[in-house]
Amino acid sequence: MSNEFARVAEVSSRELGVRVRLLRVLHIDLWLVMPLLVLSIGGLFVLYSASGQSDVMLNTQMRNIAVAMTVLLVTAQFRVETLRGVSPYIFVLATLLLVAVAFFGVGAKGAQRWLSLGFIRFQPSEVMKVAMPWALAWWLSKKALPPDLRSLAVAFAMVAVPTGLILQQPDLGTSLLVAISGLAAIYMAGIQWRYIFSMMALALISIWPAWVFVLKDYQKQRVLTLFNPESDRLGAGWNIIQSKTAIGSGGWEGLGWTQGSQAQLDFLPEGHTDFIIAVLAEEFGFRGVLLLFLIYAVILGRGLVITWRAQSSFARILGGALVATFFFGLVVNLGMVSGLLPVVGVPLPMVSYGGTAMVSMMIAFGMLTAISTERRITRTMR
Amino acid sequence: MARQLNQMQDWARETQITHGRVTVLAAVMVLFMMGLLYRYFSLQVIQNEEFRAQSDRNRIAVRTVAPTRGVIVDRSGNLLAVNQPSFTLAITPERAEDLDNVLTKLSDLLRLTDTDIELFTQARKRRRPLSPVPLKYRLTDEELAVIAVNKHALSGVSVQSELTRHYPEGDLLGHALGYVGRIGIDDVDESEKEAYRGISHIGKVGLEAYYEDVLKGGLGVSRIETNARGVELDVIDRIEPVPGAELTLHLDIELQRVAAAAMGDMRGAVVALDPRSGGVLSAVSSPRYDPNKFVNGISFSDYAELRDSRDAPLLNRVIQGQYPPASTIKPMLGLAGLNRDLITIDTAIPDPGYYQLPGDPRRYRDWILRVRGTGHAEEMNLRDSIAQSCDVYFYELANRFGIDALAESLDDFGIGSVTGVDLPSEKRGILPSPEWKRRVIGSSWYGGETLIVGIGQGYMLVTPMQLAVATTALATRGTAFKPTFVAAVDGISVEPEPLLNVSVETAYWDEVVAGMVDTVSSVRGTAFGMRSGLTYSVAGKTGTAQVVGIAQDATYDEEALSEYQRNHGWFIAFAPVENPEIVLAVLTENSGGGSSAYPVARAMLDYWMSRDE
Repeated sequence: MSNEFARVAEVSSRELGVRVRLLRVLHIDLWLVMPLLVLSIGGLFVLYSASGQSDVMLNTQMRNIAVAMTVLLVTAQFRVETLRGVSPYIFVLATLLLVAVAFFGVGAKGAQRWLSLGFIRFQPSEVMKVAMPWALAWWLSKKALPPDLRSLAVAFAMVAVPTGLILQQPDLGTSLLVAISGLAAIYMAGIQWRYIFSMMALALISIWPAWVFVLKDYQKQRVLTLFNPESDRLGAGWNIIQSKTAIGSGGWEGLGWTQGSQAQLDFLPEGHTDFIIAVLAEEFGFRGVLLLFLIYAVILGRGLVITWRAQSSFARILGGALVATFFFGLVVNLGMVSGLLPVVGVPLPMVSYGGTAMVSMMIAFGMLTAISTERRITRTMR
Repeated sequence: MARQLNQMQDWARETQITHGRVTVLAAVMVLFMMGLLYRYFSLQVIQNEEFRAQSDRNRIAVRTVAPTRGVIVDRSGNLLAVNQPSFTLAITPERAEDLDNVLTKLSDLLRLTDTDIELFTQARKRRRPLSPVPLKYRLTDEELAVIAVNKHALSGVSVQSELTRHYPEGDLLGHALGYVGRIGIDDVDESEKEAYRGISHIGKVGLEAYYEDVLKGGLGVSRIETNARGVELDVIDRIEPVPGAELTLHLDIELQRVAAAAMGDMRGAVVALDPRSGGVLSAVSSPRYDPNKFVNGISFSDYAELRDSRDAPLLNRVIQGQYPPASTIKPMLGLAGLNRDLITIDTAIPDPGYYQLPGDPRRYRDWILRVRGTGHAEEMNLRDSIAQSCDVYFYELANRFGIDALAESLDDFGIGSVTGVDLPSEKRGILPSPEWKRRVIGSSWYGGETLIVGIGQGYMLVTPMQLAVATTALATRGTAFKPTFVAAVDGISVEPEPLLNVSVETAYWDEVVAGMVDTVSSVRGTAFGMRSGLTYSVAGKTGTAQVVGIAQDATYDEEALSEYQRNHGWFIAFAPVENPEIVLAVLTENSGGGSSAYPVARAMLDYWMSRDE
């Protein structure tokens, strides 16, 4: 009897050991990959409903997910040191691509955002979302933290140039995310709080000149309608009114999958892309929203844990900046769809339809995984 | 070693810095996520009902389904107002690529008149944006085919099918039925707007207007699920419209035809009432107009012609024409005089052809003076005075009455009050009194005016309908019902409503009615001319109403007066005398006198008394 028990225990512990070792060898962080998989696959259901049961869109998105997951796994294989080494080149390349967009880009709806390489079309601004914190982590970790004024000046210049290039496409949403990803890296590097508060004060003061000189009319309109959507019911206020209606009518339980009238009868604009959370909220109710928040919380929490445990300043700056960027995009999307923030084109991470954003996000998570798994490897080596 | 230690210190410091940043970041995340979660909770759970309602308003469109308007039939079931399916050509200007071009093309294809274009332009100004504007109504099959073939070149053009009101009898019943017309801005007030959603026409005048509420019917409602572009996807539920009620009139279309034919080109009015119910058997106002012209909008020029014509064809003379009743009130005054003991049946009054008030040199002439040069007879009693329409007798009677009692007596017969007939805009006439004169004219009453009122002239005005009701009281010996066109609504009879009740001794009735019978049957009766060949008994009274005052010593010379200054002719009658079935009031404008009115009455009575019930 006891022999038998010992044998079973031995086998299972061996099996366990094999599994853990396998994950390490393959550079897979289950706490990160599992929720991402659940999110993107669960998102397929919402997308299917939001797209009016479009098989074509479903297939494309499945392909996007497959590609993005592969990218994650591939990125995760790099050593952190390697990632650090290539980062300046990636940044320069991404900046050059943005310049190229300005000259050779193709556009849609009055904005020039895409670069066509014949076989593939992609948005270099999405690449920059990752390249920005990546390169800044490299730059800021070269010297002792917190960074001195010279380092900071260079860092801000690195943020400003790509942000400006994306802003003139124009793409307010992405430029905001890119800027934030850079600023998050500077924040992680330990910039003094007095600088942070001074900049916040400056930002507040510059609202007025920005309103008058920088923002385009349609962007101003979005902000204005946020405060009073009823002022332009059938125009700019339409999106906000319809998405709030969709969310609100979902109630606790939701109207049921593919049963949301706002989404199915086309009252909700952009239901499969930026406003997809409204479809989820209408059809799955607050329960669905709560579940979604939980999954995001796991991802964000795991990201922070990885950052906390990271070995080098580069890794911590990069990890923190990536998590913060992901978080910022999430907040902007959840806020704009529920009528708290102006409508800027920011997708719901991992759920909205679209390949480029998902791939760039998976590069980010790939790097986080690399950071996460490298730590164990060093320990093993000891 | 020191260097390594330094590095270790740096590493520890940097770790501390970044860990601090991670902690703050985590706190910020928790805060924001909680905030956002509360936002979704608030929208979804707290404000759920509000947004659910909003969502339903989005997806459910309420479409009204117009009811069919009630039809109107005469007493025998002949259709007087019906709904015909018809096709209307309409243009939605916003959808037309080049409106002028489309109009030109349509003009060629359908031979549109300038009137069509004019009406289209008018209608265009009044409609809501993006709604189709009607251009041509009642398209023929041929026109429909032409439009279908050229459809591709006619952007913004659509053909709509609808039910259009039609009046098969045309101008024969224009005044009585009135007409429906496109609903204008002022036709429906705010509180009724809902009830008219989807209804295009509304009763504008006549019975169509008076009975609008019952004819209209109840809107049906269907709730339809639509998508954001307004495309209808599914009918959620539907409440069928309630058709408007069918109106059965007392009116007899054949009697109406006889009356209209008898009036010919004469201007005037004819009313026939059933004394047992107050039902209007016929009502003709001449000249007539065709109500069908108004249904889909009459052109401005056509309307101006009707409105500005001196003959006032739009005026419904039956209830809106106000004329001096002249001698037709003599039977009523005789009755009242007997009842008040001012005269007896045998009271005889000398008639030299004129009447003078004591101490007043003015001579009030009897009409007979102009004809014969003398009075009617040395002495006249009531019966003969009615039959021969002796003015002097009634001057004397009026003098005995005094104006107040006189007005009171005529008030008993409904003079000066609306009859309450079921038509809009009825006029009330004038029953003059010293009080009335002070108020309206602003001067005091003098005695001679009482005499003039005594023969139904002066300030006194009545409508033919009022006189018909008063005549009913004579025919029934005291009781008259409110005149009504409608006998039944959806087959349910309308109960007659008592209007007049004149209580007088039987002997007095007998005497006055005898005078009215003599009017027709005695050689000296003023309507003796209608007597030949009568197969039934008739009681009647003529009247000749002066349009212009004739100076004291001048004579009435018909030839010298312009057409519109000539006297109006009246004739009131009922038959059979003992058990009256029909009461008539006929007015012929500027016809010279009563003798032009009684042939109309004779034609109508002949038809009525000989018809098979």
